[in-house]
Amino acid sequence: MIVIDYDKILSNKIKNIKPSGIRKFFDIAGTMEGVISLGVGEPDFNTPWVIRKAAINVLERKHIVYGPNKGLAPLRKAISDKINQKHKVEYDPDSEIIVTVGGSEAIDLALRGIIDPGDEVLVVEPCFVCYAPLIELSGGVAVPVPTRLENNFKLTVEDLKDKITPRTKMLILPFPNNPTGAVMTKKDLEPIAELLRGTDIMVLSDEIYSELTYGMRHFSIIELEGMRERTIYVNGFSKAYAMTGWRLGYVSAPEPIITQISKIHQYGIMCSPYISQNAAIEALTSCDKEVTKMVDEYNTRRKYLVSEFNRLGLTCFDPEGAFYVFPCIKSTGLTSDEFCERLLYEEKVAAVPGSAFGASGEGYMRISYAYSLKHLMEAMSRIEKFLKKLEAEKK
Amino acid sequence: MKNKIISILQQNARISNTALGEMLGISPEAAEAEIKKLEDDGVIRGYSVIIDEDKYDRSTVHATIELKVTPQRDCGFDDIAKTIMMYDEVESVSLMSSGAYDLAVEVKGSDLKDVAFFVSERLATIEGILSTSTHFILKKYKEKGIFIDGEEQDERGLG
Repeated sequence: MIVIDYDKILSNKIKNIKPSGIRKFFDIAGTMEGVISLGVGEPDFNTPWVIRKAAINVLERKHIVYGPNKGLAPLRKAISDKINQKHKVEYDPDSEIIVTVGGSEAIDLALRGIIDPGDEVLVVEPCFVCYAPLIELSGGVAVPVPTRLENNFKLTVEDLKDKITPRTKMLILPFPNNPTGAVMTKKDLEPIAELLRGTDIMVLSDEIYSELTYGMRHFSIIELEGMRERTIYVNGFSKAYAMTGWRLGYVSAPEPIITQISKIHQYGIMCSPYISQNAAIEALTSCDKEVTKMVDEYNTRRKYLVSEFNRLGLTCFDPEGAFYVFPCIKSTGLTSDEFCERLLYEEKVAAVPGSAFGASGEGYMRISYAYSLKHLMEAMSRIEKFLKKLEAEKK
Repeated sequence: MKNKIISILQQNARISNTALGEMLGISPEAAEAEIKKLEDDGVIRGYSVIIDEDKYDRSTVHATIELKVTPQRDCGFDDIAKTIMMYDEVESVSLMSSGAYDLAVEVKGSDLKDVAFFVSERLATIEGILSTSTHFILKKYKEKGIFIDGEEQDERGLG
């Protein structure tokens, strides 16, 4: 028998990439009985029926073909209209928009299109787990820019200034934020834009949670003067329309950027799924009411969780976007890893340690409210029990 | 506010005032007062429990009866509906807009015969009732928005 040493064969670049901290933790949860999870990052709602019906119609009546590399023309037009309607910013559907396989591919394209080896990319943390590994795969260097509770986890110009070097190529702006739920308003973004306008630093604005804001309209950095030119705008259908499994996102950016990154998509992916693209047209053109309904339901859960955590003594700032709350667990004296591990083993509640989202997430945990109120209330009563137990141990 | 309270209570009427208040962004006392007002205004008529009959008492039988009725002078269908709803066996009475029948009545009984006799002896004999049509319920999948059977497994991963 020939024994192959795969370790020798595999690319060192890939081997050096760390597996996701979220997944590692939940593999344990998967082996236990009766665990109540607060871990997922996708809606509990099913895709609105009209969208599913549109897909069924395509299956019944059309040839399921590859389609154009950059996406179906009517979908690109609908995306362009949507961005214009929300932000009063125009993108040419033919040359400035590309439809991708989820927001994830959109992020990957943007990074690969910009980064040369050694380039630095500023990553606002805590943040979703994919940025740093994808930056490394492109040969870039991820430079964390921590945000803090005392600033409501917003990015401030002071935090940003210190991190800029001559090698800085890009800033990743992930708002509304996963895992903190923080948002950036026009007022918050203006000084950031002011700082960037005099530079060649590009912004990757990951606005996947843009439809999920509470009590305010989401503001995009592309609306500010001079920023459309230096921004790669990323969005998708997963969160707003509860379409995670359809794998569909998009990038809008100035033509020279789209022309180049289209090549990566063309050779690596060919085109995004045809059925999903047809369904997405329906989502953009006729589902505003469904989105409002989901947002309203998320809002009730959000309010409940924020007051519950504060009532239980875990400081929880009022997040205005996404579907996560990010309570602080420092008062318990445990690290996020310890807290979440004990919570899982002792009360069978699975939450993600804040440290999985970058060093600045230490001392917090991410709680998803993409769950029914019934589910959340059961989880909170277990967490309350756990905290009482911790309290008793201290005495 | 009113719609939100009703929608939360319809999902779980046993929710605490504290939790309800937190969901609405008001104090527990204010939440209690809101409920009291809905009760006083007669919007909330009562609180009931939804049970899985298969797990609780398999012998109980439920049926929907369609009644064709001659409307009475001055009071239309009201009189007959009120007569019907006095029976303990009757769980609900609704006036329908269907052309095929007028009143839909939900009845429960200890067995098939029990329900059948109730229909033939109590309902069919009421003056003004022209015909009855009985449909026995074999299984409930969902009631008042609550899944009784067929709740989907959470297959979500961890994005």
